[in-house]
Amino acid sequence: MLEFFHIDPLVLAAILGMGAATYITRIAGLVLIRYVELTGRTRAALEAVPVAVLMAVIAPTILATGPAETCAAVVTMLAATRLPLLAVVITGVISAAAFRYGFTLF
Amino acid sequence: MSDVQTNQTTYTDFREGMRDVAPLVIAAFPIALVFGALAAQKGLSVFETMLMSGVVFAGGSQFVAIEFWTQPVPWIALIFSAFLVNIRHVLMSASLGSKTRQMGFGRQMIAFMFLADEVWALSEHRARKTGASFAYMMGLALPFYINWVVVTGVGSSLGALLADLDPSKWGFDFAFPAIFIGLIMGFWQGNRTGMILAASGLAAIACKAFVPGAWYIAAGATAGVVVAAFWADPKQSGV
Repeated sequence: MLEFFHIDPLVLAAILGMGAATYITRIAGLVLIRYVELTGRTRAALEAVPVAVLMAVIAPTILATGPAETCAAVVTMLAATRLPLLAVVITGVISAAAFRYGFTLF
Repeated sequence: MSDVQTNQTTYTDFREGMRDVAPLVIAAFPIALVFGALAAQKGLSVFETMLMSGVVFAGGSQFVAIEFWTQPVPWIALIFSAFLVNIRHVLMSASLGSKTRQMGFGRQMIAFMFLADEVWALSEHRARKTGASFAYMMGLALPFYINWVVVTGVGSSLGALLADLDPSKWGFDFAFPAIFIGLIMGFWQGNRTGMILAASGLAAIACKAFVPGAWYIAAGATAGVVVAAFWADPKQSGV
């Protein structure tokens, strides 16, 4: 049983360090906004963060992977204009599978 | 009376968080299995894999770490790469932090421990509609966290059996971009949003084509934010 919990010291150092580094990034913004006043351009910049980050994360997948992913993204976008989030996700998964299968036929 | 109401709101918020995160927990399932299997191939034990998932709780940086994993473990390089991959969280926590001040700084410090992309995105969405409470964020975070720790452990135990598992085969991997598309549309505010999207998307793709690693996320996010700041009316004051 104790063998299960055996851990290499370097592995432990890596894991704890990675955890600390991640936590620092997750609270850095919290600390930052306590000292920066939110007006004008700062405020506009901060308001743009959600859209800018979301797009940056998925851009390579939806625009630079292949036609199937780009088509699935367009279908998902149309679904998002009228359906709730859960239905949008299901539409995305099904259309990605369908377009991937469809494009292998050509 | 007000205590009862507060408790009820807390419970409702927690439950709504669990409901909203459910599809993402399912979508994360195959990804967690694959992560566990890859970690086992690199020689991490089941316990080490689960410890990493529990302590780091950031899928992207964990995959990058496993990619660079060698013996002896290059721990300083791994810590630095985790920081770079997660640097987007600085912007994300600043944005969500300004919308969740009502829960207090102490609770923010706890809730933001669990600020994985999915938890953050759903919290932003909620903050825009009704405001995101501590209970709501915990309702999102706990199922997602437990699922990630347990299922990466399962993947590690199954190890070699899962080596050929490919989430993209069924389209499950597209759940992640799909939810992000859904959330982006929820933030839509006309042409200005379109310009931010164009700047962010182009910068991310251009960066990814020329620079290895996860820099493209920071590049795209920065481009979008700069464009937004540039087009903002500097005389408009904050509310």
